[in-house]
Amino acid sequence: MSFWEVTLSLLGGLKWTCLIFALTLLFALPLGLVISFGSMSKFKPISYITKIFVWIIRGVPLMLQIFVVFYVPGLLIDGFSGFDRFPSVLIAFVINYACYFSEIYRGGIESISKGQYEAGEVLGMTKSQIFFKVVLMQVVKRIIPPMSNEIITLVKDTALARVIAIMEILNVAQTFASKGLVWPIFYTAVFYLVFVGLLTLLFGYFEKKLSYYKS
Amino acid sequence: MAFLEVKKITKKFGKTDVLKGIDLSLEKGQVLSIIGSSGSGKTTLLRCLNFLETPDTGEIYVDGECIFNAADTTKKSFAEIREKRLSFGLVFQSFNLFPQYSVMGNLTLAPRLRAKEEVKSGKLGSAALKEKYAAIDEKAKSILASVGLSEKRDSYPCELSGGQQQRVSIARALMLDPDILFFDEPTSALDPEITGEVLKVIKSLAARNMTMIIVTHEMNFAREVSDKIVFMDEGIVAAEGTPDKIFESSNERLHAFLSAFGGAST
Repeated sequence: MSFWEVTLSLLGGLKWTCLIFALTLLFALPLGLVISFGSMSKFKPISYITKIFVWIIRGVPLMLQIFVVFYVPGLLIDGFSGFDRFPSVLIAFVINYACYFSEIYRGGIESISKGQYEAGEVLGMTKSQIFFKVVLMQVVKRIIPPMSNEIITLVKDTALARVIAIMEILNVAQTFASKGLVWPIFYTAVFYLVFVGLLTLLFGYFEKKLSYYKS
Repeated sequence: MAFLEVKKITKKFGKTDVLKGIDLSLEKGQVLSIIGSSGSGKTTLLRCLNFLETPDTGEIYVDGECIFNAADTTKKSFAEIREKRLSFGLVFQSFNLFPQYSVMGNLTLAPRLRAKEEVKSGKLGSAALKEKYAAIDEKAKSILASVGLSEKRDSYPCELSGGQQQRVSIARALMLDPDILFFDEPTSALDPEITGEVLKVIKSLAARNMTMIIVTHEMNFAREVSDKIVFMDEGIVAAEGTPDKIFESSNERLHAFLSAFGGAST
């Protein structure tokens, strides 16, 4: 098989890698905010339940969570054959990453000084105005470094989708290997490196954009 | 009844009585300074008056209207408190400027948001919003000029000195035309050589008959600018009166306190 043919099939796999990556971000970024509000809730039962949930999700391998989402609903619910492969992967990834994001958000939100809220209050701003107009931008600036870490990890975690036979890039490479063609496995590193390289540039750009002020 | 009447304010944090029944009154256009050692409850009193803390008991009246009554058990909503807040301005010890906004942004953010709300609630036509924004900007510029910071309009807080930041935060508080302006140790976070520029701004406000309550450790300033000084000690008003009366007082605690600041007149 020629280099070109291998590259084309790996690009076919990369499509799924990108899809898992993009859709996970799309849903997990806002869901993480909801979960972080849950764990910061002043209503204790909500905060306890949320914290236990985050503990479980962060405490169990993502691979196992993919298995659970894929197999367990079909076994538990009569007449339900379970989720398809791709939705299963997506559900597991979104929940898992939302929990990690929620902790990063929480750290960022709790690092904003009380004085910022109080300044907003004495100026007669509403709570939501204070959050969205004063606090949020400062939180975003502070969480860019930990978020970029987590998002870069997500790029590589997409390879876990192969455990339920999603044909992401590493899985495609593995099918070559099983036919005796080993080098495509190592070749995938190039794709990952380019992917992560672009993200690194993007995060660097955001950081620079927000460097006009210090807090 | 005086313009501001504070009656029997008490506040506990856990088991500590921080305020043990504070009475204050202030006429319109007067300046009241609150002095006292750390932990005497000055800042807590100021925070109670600004709704940042809720007093356990007591009443607060502004211009004859009751704006707080601890005996009134109906819980005040955030929105109600918000309306009442607008008659007060507060300048913090640590400035608390919004770092991501320019100086102009800091001044105009809250008034602009208010104008936007008025459009939403139908009080203001959306066509009038632009004019309103322009008016807010004009006002911000003239207030900035009055605190001597016209040329810093587009700077960010991190680019300013502490004294400049504090002047911006005074300007920000003035944007809402408060009936009473409160200062919580406005110069305590500043280097001694730049406290002067902030005190000068406060003096100019006093000259324009702004009603103010100032918690301060600057004794000479308090003596110069105040119509009335309150000395707080362990959660009570231990002495009050005109500056002259306070600085000549024979009250032992007060005398010891003033000596420590080199302000006593013996």
